[in-house]
Amino acid sequence: MAHQSEQQGHAAHESTYRTTGPFTEWLDKRLPILRFANDTMMSFPTPRNLNYWWTFGGILTFCLAVQIVTGIILAMHYTPNADLAFGSVERIMRDVNYGWLLRYTHAVGASMFFLAVYVHIFRGLYYGSYKAPREILWMLGVVILLLMMATAFMGYVLPWGQMSFWAATVITNFFTAFPVVGKFITEWLWGGFAVGNATLNRFFSLHYLLPFVIVGVVALHVWALHVPGNNNPTGLDVKGKQDTLPFHPYYTVKDGFALVLFTIVFAWFVFFAPNSLGHPDNYIPANPLVTPPHIVPEWYFLPFYAILRSIPDKLLGVIAMFGSIVVLFLIPWLDTSKVRSMRYRPMMQWFFLFFVAACGVLMWCGANPPEGNFVLYARLATSYYFAYFLIIMPLVGMIEQPRKMPESIAKPVLPGGGGAMPARASAAPQTKG
Amino acid sequence: MSETHAQEDVTRRDFIYLGAGAFAGIGAAVALVPLIDQMNPAADVRALATIEVDLSSIAVGQQIKVMWQGKPVFVRRRTAEEISAAENVDLKELKDPATDEARHANQEENGAEKPEWLIVVGICTHLGCIPLEGQGEYHGWFCPCHGSVYDTSGRIRKGPAPKNLEKPKYTFLSDERILIG
Amino acid sequence: MSRIAGLLIGPVLAAFVALGGAQPAAAAEGGQREPHAPSEGWSFDGFFGHFDRAELQRGFQIYKEVCSSCHAMKFVAIRTLSQPGGPGFSEPAVKSVASEFKVPAGPDEKDGSLVDDVGLLRQRPAVPSDHFVGPYANEYAARAANGGALPPDLSVIVKARHDGASYVYSLLQCYEEPPPEVQLQPGMHYNPCMAGGQIAMPAPLVADRVTYDDGTAATVEQMSKDVAAFLAWAAEPELEGRRKLGFMVLFYLGVLAILSYLAYRRVWRDTGH
Repeated sequence: MAHQSEQQGHAAHESTYRTTGPFTEWLDKRLPILRFANDTMMSFPTPRNLNYWWTFGGILTFCLAVQIVTGIILAMHYTPNADLAFGSVERIMRDVNYGWLLRYTHAVGASMFFLAVYVHIFRGLYYGSYKAPREILWMLGVVILLLMMATAFMGYVLPWGQMSFWAATVITNFFTAFPVVGKFITEWLWGGFAVGNATLNRFFSLHYLLPFVIVGVVALHVWALHVPGNNNPTGLDVKGKQDTLPFHPYYTVKDGFALVLFTIVFAWFVFFAPNSLGHPDNYIPANPLVTPPHIVPEWYFLPFYAILRSIPDKLLGVIAMFGSIVVLFLIPWLDTSKVRSMRYRPMMQWFFLFFVAACGVLMWCGANPPEGNFVLYARLATSYYFAYFLIIMPLVGMIEQPRKMPESIAKPVLPGGGGAMPARASAAPQTKG
Repeated sequence: MSETHAQEDVTRRDFIYLGAGAFAGIGAAVALVPLIDQMNPAADVRALATIEVDLSSIAVGQQIKVMWQGKPVFVRRRTAEEISAAENVDLKELKDPATDEARHANQEENGAEKPEWLIVVGICTHLGCIPLEGQGEYHGWFCPCHGSVYDTSGRIRKGPAPKNLEKPKYTFLSDERILIG
Repeated sequence: MSRIAGLLIGPVLAAFVALGGAQPAAAAEGGQREPHAPSEGWSFDGFFGHFDRAELQRGFQIYKEVCSSCHAMKFVAIRTLSQPGGPGFSEPAVKSVASEFKVPAGPDEKDGSLVDDVGLLRQRPAVPSDHFVGPYANEYAARAANGGALPPDLSVIVKARHDGASYVYSLLQCYEEPPPEVQLQPGMHYNPCMAGGQIAMPAPLVADRVTYDDGTAATVEQMSKDVAAFLAWAAEPELEGRRKLGFMVLFYLGVLAILSYLAYRRVWRDTGH
């Protein structure tokens, strides 16, 4: 049932753009950019029941823009040299006009970006947004996540503090886990026999490059979104115009409101707790001779760090850590349920709740030394993490009895199925083709 | 819902809607301030906008070169002959007429003239080379790049340069210390 | 049903916030003591906190007369002592502080020489635009003078330690006779506030080590507090301006949140939501 009506979705895509004068007429025949903007960002038919979890797409766009703008500016003042990097960051903080604001925004911005992306991912998992016909959309999202991780990691190295240096050392040493080729890969990554000036220089270069790659993949992600259109909390397909609202102004204003709330949290961290998400050791200049007693990554990498450490074998640990992301590519096919949204999946809801809890446990374990009970908790949570995708998802989809679902998106919203239509959204309800 | 009601509604909706949009726009515009201001000279650079120079070690007839705002400044303690040579010039001969007094007079200082001290930015007004001290037929400066010749008052006398050597703003803090900038 | 989704995402957000400050506490092995703030708290803590000028000035005196004999503060420019939000010294006072330091003079103005008559690097008195000058020429000289230990630079020490100013404050008062079971390494001193309980720095403060101009009694507690506050400013000289701007930004965003919510309700009022 979820697979039937894709072709119908396209009916809603018919362009609603009207030229407004001779110039737009002329332009439309040559470069229909206004038509494109109108059809994708203004009149785009969007399910009328999207809740606040759907505002994070817009929030993420904002985050990416903030990181790129502040990042380009910081690059104007930063020096990617092992002897000078730490001092150049201090100069940004102390001497550059509003330098502290720009750097704290960029540093806190990385955390806010991950916070938003995790919410976005959990939303997709809960409402089945990865299921057909949105598999490519989902996989492009996972690619963006990987690129974000690489970018954030390399950015963290740039201040050249103790955590920068040792994070670079530990993360690049993952590759030594691979037999035979490991040593060559790490030396190639480092440009030397250890993390050093050459490493810092190339990380800076790539840290500048990757965000633009992310922009490119985001464009594909949005493209892939616009083909089937948005999923929605019911997981039902759009059956006609009574189920949708034009993106503008309905969702621009809703996304805008949510964005302001998000920005309040963001600003609170930037202005009142800018270092609370970082580690104090990164204010100690990098010292290749002294490892900090307790190396922890930034909070957004803690669950993956916990997975790595929960497995006593070096190679298997690295494989499990990468596997925890790779498995996300497979879930459109691992999920056997006929129903998208977990609203109507009474069993899966509970498994999902435990899955989120497991991620929380992994985060907590990642922040603590791998000793005592933390080892046990991390192992249990890691097992559940993989079991959720590889066992629970296929199995529960087959045995679960879904709840009764509404007939259409509009039905539970508009008693009687589409009586009062909003003025801006008015159009004859379309009969299903 | 009557017609008038609906219309009122639309206006009110537009008001709050446009108001929120305008308010957001103002915020976005203000947010540009730090993004633009960060390119202005930073605090450490601004701190070097003025420098103090100790004159006590400069003998008569000597010049020192100090860096000020990234540019060389010539501080020259002129001999009596150099001063009189600079004073006895017919202003009509000059490309960029200025009396010697105007060249060493200090706007900040009242009265106390110190004709001994000539302080000029050491950048040829032609194309930005640094002139050589004591060379050229007027014994002031000679620019090796395109042959501009300056006199002992730093005025352009020959060659392609259009203007006299620039005089920076400076103040005598004491007889032996000046503040440039 | 979306309430369940809320339930689910909730823990992640909670964990996120909790993780903010909660880096793992140092293991409390060997009677390790946790840092604590002065009983009256820090003037610069909290939402409305700001520095106490007199405290910063006294703290600077401690840095200058005690700490600076071993510790550099190379990222701090001397001129910042008079900048807004700092200790608020007058410009002449800052100039005289600066003139006590010597910095490399660069090439001679006349002959371009980098060295003086006896072949040593030319030096000049520092000016406010210069940074604080450390006591040692380089790391090797610093280690050689301190039995192999390197006195850390203090520019950002408060940001580089958990519990920042409270850590510095506690550490300076934490020295005591080692209990019999503790075997001190040669050249080390017993300080249960330090990780591992042993520190190379001998107790730097004794009562009346300095004489305060404002007549404050120079107890070890007072001096520790003053210098910790000064180092907090040195690490975050932007703190007061940051919070001031923060209030304006949050106020603006609060108003914008209300406006955009009203706009949202308006736009959506006819949709049955």
